[in-house]
Amino acid sequence: MNIFKISSKNLVRNKLTTILNIILVAFGVGILSILFLASTQISSKLEKNAKDIDLVVGAKGSPLQLILSSVYHIDYPTGNIPAKDAFKLMQNPLVKRAVPLALGDNYNGYRIVGTDSTFSNLYDLSIQKGSFWHKDLEVTLGSTVALTSGLKIGDSFFGAHGLTGNGDVHKQHAYRVKGILKPEGNITDNLILTNIGSVYKMHEEKHAEGHSHISAEGAKEINDKEITALLIQYKSPMSVILFPRMVNQSTNMQAASPAMESARLFSLIGVGIDTLQWFAIFIMGIAALSVFISLYNAMKERKYDLAIMRCLGASKSKLFFLIMFEGVLVTFIGACLGLLIGHVTLEVIGAHQESSQAKLTGLTALPQEVYLIWIGLFIGTLASLIPAMQIYKVDIAETLTKNR
Amino acid sequence: MIKISSLAHVYEKGRRLKFPYWEIADMEHWLLLGASGSGKSTLLNIISGLLEPSQGEVLINGTDLYTLPARGRDMFRGRHIGIIFQRPHLIRSLDVLDNLALAAVMAGLPVDHERNLSLLHDLGIAELAKNYPDQLSEGQLQRVSVARALVNKPDVLIADEPTSSLDDENANQVIQMLTSQAKDNGAALIIATHDRRVRDHITKTYLL
Repeated sequence: MNIFKISSKNLVRNKLTTILNIILVAFGVGILSILFLASTQISSKLEKNAKDIDLVVGAKGSPLQLILSSVYHIDYPTGNIPAKDAFKLMQNPLVKRAVPLALGDNYNGYRIVGTDSTFSNLYDLSIQKGSFWHKDLEVTLGSTVALTSGLKIGDSFFGAHGLTGNGDVHKQHAYRVKGILKPEGNITDNLILTNIGSVYKMHEEKHAEGHSHISAEGAKEINDKEITALLIQYKSPMSVILFPRMVNQSTNMQAASPAMESARLFSLIGVGIDTLQWFAIFIMGIAALSVFISLYNAMKERKYDLAIMRCLGASKSKLFFLIMFEGVLVTFIGACLGLLIGHVTLEVIGAHQESSQAKLTGLTALPQEVYLIWIGLFIGTLASLIPAMQIYKVDIAETLTKNR
Repeated sequence: MIKISSLAHVYEKGRRLKFPYWEIADMEHWLLLGASGSGKSTLLNIISGLLEPSQGEVLINGTDLYTLPARGRDMFRGRHIGIIFQRPHLIRSLDVLDNLALAAVMAGLPVDHERNLSLLHDLGIAELAKNYPDQLSEGQLQRVSVARALVNKPDVLIADEPTSSLDDENANQVIQMLTSQAKDNGAALIIATHDRRVRDHITKTYLL
């Protein structure tokens, strides 16, 4: 028998009010925790995928589209750039590392990326089974691709034209699986890697501009052809100022910075997040009001209980604490429940998510979530303060002498 | 054991009540008589430490009640004075046994469940220990409130109109119960009443 028991017994006695208050707090905290988790997970995914890529060079068009298509592999490419010009940029003294990308085909929605060994250096890839691609039409699968497609080393498959769908299959050449990558936790898990020559081979019969005398290996092979984009890593921070301007002004290509574009993307999504955040805060406000009203109303009835406890020797401060504790207990339970709801919801959302690029999970926790519990406690304290102050006004002698 | 001297209380509305000298020895039984409005409840509240008088002093076991700080007075009341009200107020969210335990907890004393059960047994309501106040009759509630007043082995038991809402038979039982329980627990007893039925049982009277 202690304050905790008295409070909880009283809360149980007023089940419906207690449940309503808990649910209100839980909803507010739940929405806030979903927002917290989702936005940090998305931004960390974006950051991870763009790690070490200082600049992307591609065809003119929307810079955001260029970043989305060649770094995050979400949107369609802006177009192609002449491989000759790209090759010139790769030799630029400001560039530490340049990775050519040739996009255009997919297998079951997984993009087939034509590139060279610099790609695996850029993303620091390592092989789990088999080996990296060497010759034309050899591919290395990302770990998720291997897992969901069931392809094994030595298997072959046909790529389809376009970045989604299986409509236009390239029947004339089959890819052969040479190796499978270790899970990296970034975009490369969802890619099929091959060399640029393979991508050309796929399209040579289709496209009129295709030259018939392509040699299989080496960087020179791409000289007269086109590629989709170039991922660039700078040699020194100085390049940040010089290089993009040089590309944008003196060539027919555009340069876009992943950091800047994803910041822009986030500021666009940010409006929605802000709205939801205010909505959650609004619900929390309602919760505080509801806890306040129910405690305040209950004081009329509880005046007798409290007067009795005073008679039995309880001090005013003890009873003040008792009322405060009730309010705080409700909001604390609500806040914990809200966190649970937030995590479970996010896990469910993640399980039903189509795009595998930015899968959300509810199984991770953030240190900031502790603040949500503190906010819950704070709201409880705030809402029960005025009802609890009533203790100091109750005239025990008068309350108990009068009949109910 | 209890001594009041030169006690007076002035209400905000200007009504002035004066209380004559009164001394109660250990284990004495007293009646506090007076017409309605003569200040019986006021005096009981003052003796219980619930209402600070405008002047005078209340000594219980040599302690001047109103020189204690508020916190100390609450504690003193919880440990030394058992109060029975006209209407039995129990905490409705707690069962009978918890209501008794509450008395000890609020006074800052350890809970003695065996004593509480034997108190209920003495009052003939042992089988109600796990019931909630809503499930009890008025008479049963009154017994529980007597038991609660006795939980902390008080030096004095104070009852305010304990029989006014009861019929003859129940009133008789309550008086019997109060006097015998006060005797068994070694407590003095003060009953404030204007009920004639009580006067036959207790001889010492203090008239307002």
